[in-house]
Amino acid sequence: MANVPEDLHYSKDHEWVRVDGDVATVGITDYAQNSLGDVVYVELPKADEQFNANESFGSVESVKAVSEVFSPVSGAVVEAHESLGDDPEKVNTDPYGEGWMIRIKMSNPGEVDSLLTAAEYEDFTKAETE
Amino acid sequence: MLRQIGLNSAEELFESIPKELRLARNLNTPAALSEIELLAGFERLAARNPGAGRSSFLGAGAYQHYIPTVVDHIVSRSEFFTAYTPYQPEISQGTLQVIFEFQTLVCQLTGMEVANASMYDGSTALAEAVLMAERVTRKSKVIACGAIHPEYLEVVNTYVQHAGIELIHADFDRGTGQISGALAELLDDKTAAIVVQSPNFFGCIEDLTSLAEQAHAVGALLIVAVTEAISLGLLKSPGACGADIVVAEGQSFGVPLSFGGPYVGLFATREKHARQIPGRLVGEAYDKQGRRGFVLTLATREQHIRREKATSNICTNEGLIALAATVYLETMGRRGLQEVARQCALKTAYAAKRISEINGFSIPFSGPRFNEFVVRAPVKAAELLGRLASEKNITGGLALSRYFADRPNDFLVCVTEINSRAEIDVLVDGLSGISKHKDTKTPS
Amino acid sequence: MKSNITKVTSHISHNEALIFERSQTGRIGYRLPPLDVDEFPIDDLIPKEFQCDNDLEGLPEVSEVDVIRHFTRMSTWNYSIDLGMYPLGSCTMKYNSRLNEKVARIPGFANLHPLASENDAQGALQVIYELQEHLAEITGLPGISLQPAAGAHGEMTGVMIIRAFIDARDGQAASAQRRTMLIPDSAHGTNPASAHLSGFSVKTIRSTPEGLTDLAHLRELCVGGHVAGLMLTNPNTLGLFEKNIQEICRIVHDAGGLVYMDGANMNALVGVARPGDMGVDVIHLNLHKTFSTPHGGGGPGCGPCCCTKELEPFLPVPRIVRSRSVSEGAPSEAAAKSDTYKLDFNYPQSIGRVKAFFGNYGMMLRALAYIQTHGNDGLREATEAAVLNARYIAQGLAGDYEKPFDADPMHEVVFTDKRQTRKGVHTLDIAKRLIDYGFHPMTIYFPLIVSGAMLIEPTESVGHQELDQFIEAMSSIAREAIEDPELVLNAPHSTRIGRLDEAAAARKPVLRWKPKQAATTAQT
Repeated sequence: MANVPEDLHYSKDHEWVRVDGDVATVGITDYAQNSLGDVVYVELPKADEQFNANESFGSVESVKAVSEVFSPVSGAVVEAHESLGDDPEKVNTDPYGEGWMIRIKMSNPGEVDSLLTAAEYEDFTKAETE
Repeated sequence: MLRQIGLNSAEELFESIPKELRLARNLNTPAALSEIELLAGFERLAARNPGAGRSSFLGAGAYQHYIPTVVDHIVSRSEFFTAYTPYQPEISQGTLQVIFEFQTLVCQLTGMEVANASMYDGSTALAEAVLMAERVTRKSKVIACGAIHPEYLEVVNTYVQHAGIELIHADFDRGTGQISGALAELLDDKTAAIVVQSPNFFGCIEDLTSLAEQAHAVGALLIVAVTEAISLGLLKSPGACGADIVVAEGQSFGVPLSFGGPYVGLFATREKHARQIPGRLVGEAYDKQGRRGFVLTLATREQHIRREKATSNICTNEGLIALAATVYLETMGRRGLQEVARQCALKTAYAAKRISEINGFSIPFSGPRFNEFVVRAPVKAAELLGRLASEKNITGGLALSRYFADRPNDFLVCVTEINSRAEIDVLVDGLSGISKHKDTKTPS
Repeated sequence: MKSNITKVTSHISHNEALIFERSQTGRIGYRLPPLDVDEFPIDDLIPKEFQCDNDLEGLPEVSEVDVIRHFTRMSTWNYSIDLGMYPLGSCTMKYNSRLNEKVARIPGFANLHPLASENDAQGALQVIYELQEHLAEITGLPGISLQPAAGAHGEMTGVMIIRAFIDARDGQAASAQRRTMLIPDSAHGTNPASAHLSGFSVKTIRSTPEGLTDLAHLRELCVGGHVAGLMLTNPNTLGLFEKNIQEICRIVHDAGGLVYMDGANMNALVGVARPGDMGVDVIHLNLHKTFSTPHGGGGPGCGPCCCTKELEPFLPVPRIVRSRSVSEGAPSEAAAKSDTYKLDFNYPQSIGRVKAFFGNYGMMLRALAYIQTHGNDGLREATEAAVLNARYIAQGLAGDYEKPFDADPMHEVVFTDKRQTRKGVHTLDIAKRLIDYGFHPMTIYFPLIVSGAMLIEPTESVGHQELDQFIEAMSSIAREAIEDPELVLNAPHSTRIGRLDEAAAARKPVLRWKPKQAATTAQT
């Protein structure tokens, strides 16, 4: 079963959000990395780029597929996880830790409330697999 | 077999096609020919191509060079020419390793860091380079400068016409035949790329180092097109001059003229742009036991995965011709390629000197040249060359009136290692003899 | 000290290194005559700063026999049609006649320069003209250009023609509103990529559960006047004939659009049905599929574009045309003698040139030879055999593999791994195991709309016995997937190398040889 940590928020596009004040850290879930397979490349935005909630901020590539990654919240990128350029496999091995993708300064922190809880996300993925 | 799948006639195989769409008659194409009849027919047609049998000084994007016998022997091996694209690496290592070697050779010759598995030809490779420059720089103005092969420019025009790219032409210098000062005025920070051919269409070598500096000063890329790839055996590589994308026509590397194709486009660039390259790439890989092999890689750039967002629509490329070029380059090797290039340059110098000494003939462009040069005749070039063909059985070059209405007396001469000194002397005698008769008037 | 002798295994050829690793200073493989003009310093001709300054470092130095062994050894690692059945769906891997190769090598063609004058190249131009005529008859579409170098190139040409036609018909302003190209979800990736190159945005049409274009969805997407055209493969990539093709064409035409047909699957139709009769406006053919020119490990191809009379003015230039001075009523032999062939550039509405010179001419010679050796009845027989073979496989495998669509296929058939996945065996594993049985795998994971797709196209170049062997191999793999799944999961077991780590290759791509690698590799 895919790992779904309790303390995070989730989107229906399979991203997770960790909130620290008004900064949100974003990555893709264990379920997402598992269905993608071996991640070989991650394309990330530059610092200061602005994104609206549900807007694509980059992409994740496996050997034979490309998936866009969407920002679950609106705001400006504070930091992109540049070292994924050298070690994209971190997205597979540690999706909720070293596999994080961007930190974003939220312009509307209230958006987090509309995201899924861990339990809701687990139900959502179950429904999707069935 | 029909009965085994429960059918009574071949017609029943096509029942999913509505009856009114099925052809109720035989195709109106010829009845079957035997091998003997077929070959006789094609030999008759081939005999109607007298151009193929003559000693020739035609170049302009397609060149006659010595082709070592081993090239056709290798490309005729079933295992290479009847294989498909190497999608299953375990049973395609032959093709894959050849492409890896091809990519390496292209990098070495162009002075670049990465090269793809081939494009259709030089002209489409150039068009793809222009599209790539737009993706890399996110700018849309492209300056094509100096004398670029007119057919290459037409192809670029076709490819970019719907891509929002503004293609501007900076003229060549009438004295040198090289790029002119007009370029400086056109360059600005909206420029995505400068496109240059070297040696250019008139055979003149361009100052690529200076062009690279000018391009980089405004944040643009330098795209270099090479139509005569043998020149890379003698000239400083475009990569060493600072080019960002190098494309070339690889026909000179062991590929027959074959009336214009199939040839092979070479495409190389800097490592940082690897993910923007069009077409296939082969990379090194290892199996579980640590054995080295090769696979198609970075495929997410390509159409079968990224569809309308792909870096190009290309799928089938010129695999077998890339093999021919690889066999050629490995057979000629480092010293052979240098020797061919040296012979081309020296024989060309000899021919240019002899022709320029003929009364009434001149060489209008002063720029340094490799193996092609423009000659200005005292009479209409097309007519002069026509008479040379019919009276002396030589194809003396290309009348530039084919592309440039304002150059009726100019023609482009190409000399390679194939052309002996004796042939050059016959050409010189022919030109001088025919032009002496002042009765050469163009019949309509 | 550890020996670094490369061990001779059961196959010496399996140790073949890269040519760069074989290179030895001073070896040469070429033979050129000595220079016969005066020798003088290159510096007198070309400024020093324009000359190569690295002595072509890195280029190999090997002898002729080195070259022959190198390539011959590598060639033995390839599967090829000449070895056996190559059932790649949508690729039409049929036998490549040696006779066609011989034709392409006739010196009067092989040594002909593309800029030879028309007078000097009448035979070559006649070949192009005759092939155009035959392809027009085969497709029912009279306007032909042989300039495109491959299928995707022909697609781009066709779609640009549609755009140019609509621009001319509606005027630029109105035409700018028509920038949508409809493409089924089962299409080849080249279709959307070619549409994008021509400045169109793509809308995807769903397929029905029966595997055909969803007419209701097509109608829905055609509302609003934005549709420039439809790109449709027929038979489609599931191997099924779009039996509503006339209705599909009618819907698109009524909406002001044109219909482009991807001719990748023409091997199911030659001599049996013609796209021009179905209402299709423009099509490309793959001479390297249907007309048997060799694939050569990924090309060259030739992708002629064929269109209606209405679209003909938009084809690439130059066109190759015939002028006949004797009146049409004259005896054909006399007429033929007076024929001349010309390059015609005078098509002001043309989309322009898509390639330098005339296209992949060598492929045209081979295709014409194919058409002439088969004859009109032979062309139809080839089509019948191709479809019959696919139907035989469809029936032969139905017991062991899931066939997602009920309808009878044309020249290719799709199965899935649905039954095998229960044991953890997937399409990729089945494909790899097929290698151990001596077959090239089928096309896998395409079309994208079928999960775990295996697309099988036997072509006409396989006999009854080999079809049975293929079916037995596939049945055996199905049994292995149940009884010994590990055997399938670790396949292939019989090849020079095993499955390669493609993820590692893509993460840190090594795309060329560099000198420093030499010390660490070359050992097996």
